[in-house]
Amino acid sequence: MRDILESTVVRLLADHSTPALALACENGDWPAALWQAVADSGFALAAAPESRGGAGASWDELYPVLVACGRHHAPVPLPEAIFANWLLGIAGIDALPGPLSFAVQATLTMEGGRVSGAMAEVPWGRHVDHVVAIASGEQPMLVLLPTAGAVNRRRSMNVAGEPRDGLDFDAVAAVASAPLPDGIAPSVMACGGAMLRAAQSAGALQRLLELCTAHAGERVQFGKAIGSFQAIGHQIAVLAEQVALTSVAAEAACAESGDAGLALLPIAAAKVCSAEAAGVAAAIAHAVHGAIGFTHEHVLHLTTRRLWAWRSEYGSMTDWAQRIGRAVCAGGASAFWPAITAGSLPGLNPGAFR
Amino acid sequence: MIDSEFRYSRIPDAAQAQRAEVRAFIADTLADYPAIQRADSWMGFDAEFSRKLGARGWIGMALPRRYGGSEAGPFARYVVIEELLAAGAPVSAHWIADRQSGPLILRYGSDAQRDRHLPAICRGQQYFCIGMSEPGSGSDLASITTRARRIDRADGSAGPTWRLNGQKLWTTNAQLSHFMIALVRTADPTKARHDGMSQFIVDLKAPGVTIRPIRDLSGHEHFNEVFFDDVELGADALVGTEGQGWEQVTAELAFERSGPERFLSSIALLHTLIDAIGPSPDALQAREIGRLTARLVGLRAMSLSVTAQLAAGANPSLAATCVKDLGTGFEQEIPELAQLLHSTMPATAGGTDHARVLAQLTQMAPSFSLRGGTREILRGIIARGLGLR
Repeated sequence: MRDILESTVVRLLADHSTPALALACENGDWPAALWQAVADSGFALAAAPESRGGAGASWDELYPVLVACGRHHAPVPLPEAIFANWLLGIAGIDALPGPLSFAVQATLTMEGGRVSGAMAEVPWGRHVDHVVAIASGEQPMLVLLPTAGAVNRRRSMNVAGEPRDGLDFDAVAAVASAPLPDGIAPSVMACGGAMLRAAQSAGALQRLLELCTAHAGERVQFGKAIGSFQAIGHQIAVLAEQVALTSVAAEAACAESGDAGLALLPIAAAKVCSAEAAGVAAAIAHAVHGAIGFTHEHVLHLTTRRLWAWRSEYGSMTDWAQRIGRAVCAGGASAFWPAITAGSLPGLNPGAFR
Repeated sequence: MIDSEFRYSRIPDAAQAQRAEVRAFIADTLADYPAIQRADSWMGFDAEFSRKLGARGWIGMALPRRYGGSEAGPFARYVVIEELLAAGAPVSAHWIADRQSGPLILRYGSDAQRDRHLPAICRGQQYFCIGMSEPGSGSDLASITTRARRIDRADGSAGPTWRLNGQKLWTTNAQLSHFMIALVRTADPTKARHDGMSQFIVDLKAPGVTIRPIRDLSGHEHFNEVFFDDVELGADALVGTEGQGWEQVTAELAFERSGPERFLSSIALLHTLIDAIGPSPDALQAREIGRLTARLVGLRAMSLSVTAQLAAGANPSLAATCVKDLGTGFEQEIPELAQLLHSTMPATAGGTDHARVLAQLTQMAPSFSLRGGTREILRGIIARGLGLR
């Protein structure tokens, strides 16, 4: 299934997710045609089980879809919808085909099936029909809320011009709700967000490398292509290493995650690696491109601005690194290597992110 | 593109199964092994330890059974060597033979060479070094001048076939090894600089071979200069095809550059640092220990992905080069961070285990991005692999 998903999504996004579309969406447009194409292909539903309207695709199979979204700066909440439908699926709720997002930063309470409280930085909040979040109560409940029921909307955008909106609810009727399954903690929301952004960043980094090798091969100074200068070649080599590191770390994070739970250490590692790579790689890409890459007209910023945005979403490098570091130090040196080989770090607690 | 060179690959269960046994063996055999010796990583030489590993079948794991190997495959070998390296076990004696010389002889050697060398390598009794650099040839390896000339036997007399003259430099463990696999010229250089080189197995006890250890900045003697003065070699000393030395050497590099030894050289210091910091790190300590851990997780995944390609018979030399450059940078960052994160006087005598290991790794670190191809050479290889020149 992975190969089919990959080839289909790459073709679809290469055709439809153009730079012009990404720029239009920064000005507030909703790319209805792109979303329709994505929805018609079933990607948004893919992670939900077949019994809930999905395709039962694993995170390993969906990794290339997340990468493609990053690589093609897709201005739609496809990663968000995939993850939200996965959450609904593991909680036994039917998947939704329409525009869907999820909220990590949510202070919600549920009483008698009605939900009140505030959400912040909801990806594509102004455009989606529904949002998945967790409401506190006697036991944490996964709730599916209609955005039409919000009493207050606070518009906000990340540095890439992607909507990250606040939504307030006052006793809105949940479309559906269910307790989180055994073994799944509320931190699954932040972990999932980190996994998505690490994989999208891998795609964006791959795109940067593509742009840099092409530009360095074409741009001539001092009578030769600038890529033939050692100073440029070595910088692009460093970029390539960061692309490789983030890609394989993000793939591991997805491949080790499943319906029984997300893989905490691999996700934390992927988020740290991708966040660090974002800064290094964007700096190199802009250095290689020179002034032309700093213009609005050039496509480079569609990718570098996303990397700058995504690295700080769902926990910064520092947030995640400190969590890993505290667990490592608490376990002591003798537990360190066994944790690395097991891919699991006892005491690693994702906690709640801002 | 580079991402297609790296597909995440899990260690197969059969290979994982070996891990507990290796850990138990290390815990038993190296129970009182001091931290400062663990810090030697794969430069720690102990022939008796190598023989014990050989007896367990943990050397030559990628080699066929008929030559004394275990045919356990690259992943099982990976599990064994990463456990040994993580523990700082003294693997230096057999290291080069296991990693490079054995696979090279298997691939290019004659039946007689395989029969002669491989079983002894697998027993942990026969050690190899690699003769590449020369006084005038460091990064520019193709400029080597050490020369093997055919001995003229126009009269049909019997005797050796080649006469070797020249000098190798920076040869790790030459003074402790039985054989060197040397890259030398067998023809004068032409415009095609990489032509005319061949690989020979040189018996280091042969007349005309002189080995002089070179002391490094920390006072240790790991590397050597090796002189060849009319050393006579039989026809059976040539490995592979005359004139194909460069191609053969290049094929070795994916094995040499992607293994866990390219990011675990400072693991002993990471261990002492974690315990020196203790269970309640401050914000900066927590962040940097976490960042190093994340990097280690990522590097290991990269390295395993290259192992999967080697297991499938591919030659992932570009990916292997990425692992080495990123991995050696990680190894070098650990001593720098250690002295930033914790106030310890690095000590070459006295002091705590952490102070001794810090002093040792601080001094060894510069070599990590020199040995086996400098950082600058590696980045040039990557740039070329990306089509930049």
